Amino acid sequence: MAELSIDIAGMKLKNPVMTASGTFGFGTEFDDFFDLNTLGGFVVKGTTLHPRQGNSYPRMAETPSGMLNAVGLHNGGVKYFSEHIYPRLLAYDTNILVNVSGSTVEEYIACAEQINELDHIAGIELNISCPNVKEGGMAFGTSCPAAEAVVKAVRKVYRKPLMVKLSPNVTSITDIALAVEASGADSISLINTILAMAIHAESRKPVLSTVTGGLSGPAIKPIALRMVWQVSKAVKVPVVGMGGIMNATDAIEFFLAGASAIQVGTANFIDPLASQHIIAGIDNYLDRHKFKSIKEIIGGLQL
Amino acid sequence: MQNLTVISNQRLNRDHALLELKSEVLLEGILPGQFANILVDKSQNVFLRRPFSIFQVDYKCNSIFVLIKGIGEGTKSLSKSLVGETLSVIFPLGRGYTFPEKKSKVLLVGGGVGIAPLMLLATMLKQNSHQIEILLGARTGEDLVELEKFARYGTVHTTTEDGSFGSKGFVTDHALFGDELKSFDKIYTCGPEPMMKAVARLAYLNEVDCEVSLENTMACGYGVCLCCVTETTGGHRCVCTDGPVFDIKQLKWQN
Repeated sequence: MAELSIDIAGMKLKNPVMTASGTFGFGTEFDDFFDLNTLGGFVVKGTTLHPRQGNSYPRMAETPSGMLNAVGLHNGGVKYFSEHIYPRLLAYDTNILVNVSGSTVEEYIACAEQINELDHIAGIELNISCPNVKEGGMAFGTSCPAAEAVVKAVRKVYRKPLMVKLSPNVTSITDIALAVEASGADSISLINTILAMAIHAESRKPVLSTVTGGLSGPAIKPIALRMVWQVSKAVKVPVVGMGGIMNATDAIEFFLAGASAIQVGTANFIDPLASQHIIAGIDNYLDRHKFKSIKEIIGGLQL
Repeated sequence: MQNLTVISNQRLNRDHALLELKSEVLLEGILPGQFANILVDKSQNVFLRRPFSIFQVDYKCNSIFVLIKGIGEGTKSLSKSLVGETLSVIFPLGRGYTFPEKKSKVLLVGGGVGIAPLMLLATMLKQNSHQIEILLGARTGEDLVELEKFARYGTVHTTTEDGSFGSKGFVTDHALFGDELKSFDKIYTCGPEPMMKAVARLAYLNEVDCEVSLENTMACGYGVCLCCVTETTGGHRCVCTDGPVFDIKQLKWQN
């Protein structure tokens, strides 16, 4: 049994496995499947200042080794979260982060201010990478000045750990990562989904109501690994890796690339116990390779 | 989530199969309209689970039945499951049909493979001594399956688009949708969306209660991906957790 605990910029994680926003609801949906306190942490669904209905149906397309989604930040708004969801989260003893998104910098600030009041929330994951909304979202994560502006603004009002979730839909991921780090991010998570599309040949129509959507699942893992590797070499803050992690071997690859923790996303849809198998599998890997701690393999890629 | 053992796989026609899946955990309280989300293990190209209505429950044998029409790679693969194989199944999921409080005359309308949730529904309605008429429609006579089983629970009527079995036309062309429709206390339906919309419209016009079971592409089946939404009077709702059964009054189908 190796040491699995790890600190991510002020957050003490029992183990380096978190579950990703948008794939884990508010956590409580998984109570029937396993004890959430076994997780290093979980990130609840993308939350905005105002309630959002999200995009029209169809919002999902299955693709080879993955899927597209175009949910579009469907959520009840931060007030609903604070009043109706947050009280139920007090029972959990793990790091709970709220994924925060917005259409304007002002919306991000107002939302973060309200999250600041919630003592049991360990941190914010700032979503500057949602590809499925008309305004804001990914636009903040695809240019350095825009990313700097929103991270600096939220940093001013939010006192606890601030994780910033990057979009892979950029020319240079390291430029964005450096800009975000310089603006006050405590940690960086990546990658969000890759902008993609699916076409139904017989009807000659797009599969998604929004034409384009975000690709996730094993199909994007090689891209995610490359970006985690590049970013972790460029920045000093901890990197949280995600993108197509389905099992412990996938997770190990992310640690080797430089991630200090990982998030399990789309795998939750297929196997609600995926995160549990991954925690056990990481432990097994460390034992097999005679590592005493997870820290020994972070960035341990043998070049 | 459980691994269920395939204990029988009955081929009903060229593309329909009825799988019986045995559970090691005591089954209880499964409602008609609830579904099972099954992992397709043997197919390289199928990534997500496939949702199926629970067709019947055999509490003595501790098994569930699912009716599968092989359409795409995932459903075709599952329809060919071998006896003795195990399948990873998350069930029962979703909200089922609701039962009338007093003794009622009810009409069950199924189209194509949409008949799947109606067998368990008919079984449970019969247990509660409701008067049941069952109307099943399909493209051709060969596509109508399990008629004898349905006949145990109520009077079965059929329509086929090509007229090869029962009366010719869509279910809504059947005489039951004429003046007699008002005599029903409730209509339950499942089938292709255009059929359900036509049924719902006539139920609405005749002021008969009506519940529909919707189909939708799902990633998770338990309310976390928010992909399978449908438009309701209360905004976008997940078909997997707020449905798949909806009262037509919740849906914006009146027009």
